[in-house]
Amino acid sequence: MFRSHVLICGGTGCTSSGSVKIMEAMNAEVAAMGLADEVKVVGTGCFGLCALGPIMIVYPEGTFYSNVKIEDVHEIVEEHLLKGRPVERLVYHEEKSEDVTKAMSLSETAFYKKQKRVALRNCGVINPENIDEYIAMDGYRALGKVLTEMTPDEVIQTILDSGLRGRGGGGFPTGLKWKFASGNRGNVKKYVACNADEGDPGAFMDRSILEGDPHAVLEAMAIAGYAIGADEGYIYVRAEYPIAIHRLEVAINQAREYGLLGEDIFGTGFNFDIKLRFGAGAFVCGEETALMTSIEGNRGEPRPRPPFPAVKGLFGQPTILNNVETYANICQIILNGPEWFSSMGTEKSKGTKVFALGGKIVNTGLVEVPMGTTLREVIEEIGGGIPGGKKFKAAQTGGPSGGCIPASLIDTPIDYDNLIAIGSMMGSGGLIVMDENTCMVDLARFFLDFTVDESCGKCTPCRIGTRRLLEILDKIIAGNGELEDLDRLEELANYIKSASLCGLGQTAPNPVLSTLRYFRDEYVAHIVDKKCPAGVCKSLLQFKIDADKCIGCGMCAKNCPADAITRTDYIAPGHKLASFAIDPKKCVKCGACMEKCKPHAIYKD
Amino acid sequence: MKKNLTTVMFRGTKAQEEQLDAVIEQHKGMPGALMPVLQKAQDIYGYLPYEVQRMVALKMGVPMEEVYGVSTFYSQFVLNPKGEVAIAVCLGTACYVKGSGEILDKITQILGLPAGSTTPDGKYSLEATRCIGACGLAPVLTINNEVYGRLVPSDMEGILEKYK
Repeated sequence: MFRSHVLICGGTGCTSSGSVKIMEAMNAEVAAMGLADEVKVVGTGCFGLCALGPIMIVYPEGTFYSNVKIEDVHEIVEEHLLKGRPVERLVYHEEKSEDVTKAMSLSETAFYKKQKRVALRNCGVINPENIDEYIAMDGYRALGKVLTEMTPDEVIQTILDSGLRGRGGGGFPTGLKWKFASGNRGNVKKYVACNADEGDPGAFMDRSILEGDPHAVLEAMAIAGYAIGADEGYIYVRAEYPIAIHRLEVAINQAREYGLLGEDIFGTGFNFDIKLRFGAGAFVCGEETALMTSIEGNRGEPRPRPPFPAVKGLFGQPTILNNVETYANICQIILNGPEWFSSMGTEKSKGTKVFALGGKIVNTGLVEVPMGTTLREVIEEIGGGIPGGKKFKAAQTGGPSGGCIPASLIDTPIDYDNLIAIGSMMGSGGLIVMDENTCMVDLARFFLDFTVDESCGKCTPCRIGTRRLLEILDKIIAGNGELEDLDRLEELANYIKSASLCGLGQTAPNPVLSTLRYFRDEYVAHIVDKKCPAGVCKSLLQFKIDADKCIGCGMCAKNCPADAITRTDYIAPGHKLASFAIDPKKCVKCGACMEKCKPHAIYKD
Repeated sequence: MKKNLTTVMFRGTKAQEEQLDAVIEQHKGMPGALMPVLQKAQDIYGYLPYEVQRMVALKMGVPMEEVYGVSTFYSQFVLNPKGEVAIAVCLGTACYVKGSGEILDKITQILGLPAGSTTPDGKYSLEATRCIGACGLAPVLTINNEVYGRLVPSDMEGILEKYK
């Protein structure tokens, strides 16, 4: 028994800001003070509030420390763990809170208060590398219940009744997918696959689940195996996620040791084992048929459907493929019943959804909210709004396949169908917030550049069409656009949508179409006025020197790589030296002068 | 994915080849073995030049065009050796919105090295990577797997100085 538990986040976000070293230092300090028998230091998965990392929570008090540095460890151990006095200056305080002196526990903060954690329930709570902690949180009880008390058809009916839809983006009912693959149990080799190839830039919920609660995915895959009659599972995980891979390997080995994977699970005669396969960085492999082609060892190119994977999938056998977050919901549905799950959310989108909040927002991190929560609640209340007092311009959901939601639609309740109706999509749940300094034309170009690079090349509309779209955008950004280009963009985008083979191509034009729909005036400004209202597109910008602010020090001219800055004859009132000016013909727009200018006399126009 | 072929001489050793043989032996008979073998081969050699791809093709009995097709399809497989100082700037959406494009430009300007290449002496390499998932620290870059976050272009000179 320990009198205190210190939980330190070991997710990728906090690891990147140094939590591993903090954990080592903590263990060393605790041992040095002779507290090793009283205090236990636990590395957990992601708490979600990545912006404030590294994060540490001390139980039983629930004291929430943020932005912990290695130099603070000694003080925390000596003051808090030895003498029982929390280190006030490191305790998380909410800026907006009236009583700023009041230390907050995690669940009281605005960031957590509105959240409902189902898929993330164990993340930041248990040590993901210890199966006993998972079991203590009802782990593997759902699998036990399914194997001993339910028939495979009852399992499928439960998932159908819950209304769970695929969390990878498409939103296809999970129970239906399982039902399609359930025929001919026992006579045909089948597979259960897990899509952990989270390629959508800015989305990291699947990684956090794998890092924070890997057993939940393994258990759910075994349940799926029982439901459709499969004895083998594959997890296709990105090679870029070394921590997630390591924890999955540990978890699979522990589950095998405990007899929760392998042969004759719970003595019921049910066999199920899981293998890992590593993706190698191809966005298209998030598409189900491409993912399977990749597991088979080939270039990850999609194939036409039908036949659907439920009929002919991995190695030509019936296969079900679900996303990590989908699996993370399964055990909870089995344990709490389908009614519990379907009581959350909206009419057609049940349960909760995890979003990765990123971009221009105060509380960057992972949030899980019931479906139907409005964008305003997520951004302003949970996310803490936009930093620096800037104005909210748009939110991007669905990554390269999604679209932008403008400020005028901020009160839209988020669910699958609403997002599609406003020209975006749920996608895997990346939610990137943008302020007035983001150029929407440049953003559309950014995503197009991504899809052009990631198009596998198999079908022409996607391979060539997206490149032509990109060229038109490049032309507009360079200041050579014509108004007819906007019609061309729209026409071509619709061709690509209707004629591409797989989801990548069918959704690739969405960023262009949705920015055109809501921010057409910005396109027009680029084309007609030759101006970039957000000040991003370099070809349309000019660097200028405010002659009255310039003190004539010459730092700009010294640092200019293109010799574009020379002294003028003008001496501003009150100054001793003549000011400088930039020759727009020579300027390469590198911005070096602006960085070096002490009196901030250089500006972009 | 567009890939530049390398101009750096191949310097594989006998010991590396033996390791590769062991890996191929291990994966014999496994369905879909080509990708895991290439991933291990990249761990051994650090990259996948033509010479290594050819060895894999011959030893596994897979046509060279298939090996080349797979190696050039996935962005994780690199045909260029990484530099002693391997710099990777994240161009995921969260980082891009927070200005990682300018960070990349700045490094290119300082080192005279375009993204996706290695200096001829093998000292520096610079790549633009996909989201590395440290969105809370955006914009981020990694140098030899050390993460630097919340960057502005003017930080770059100081950071690169450490690796001279």
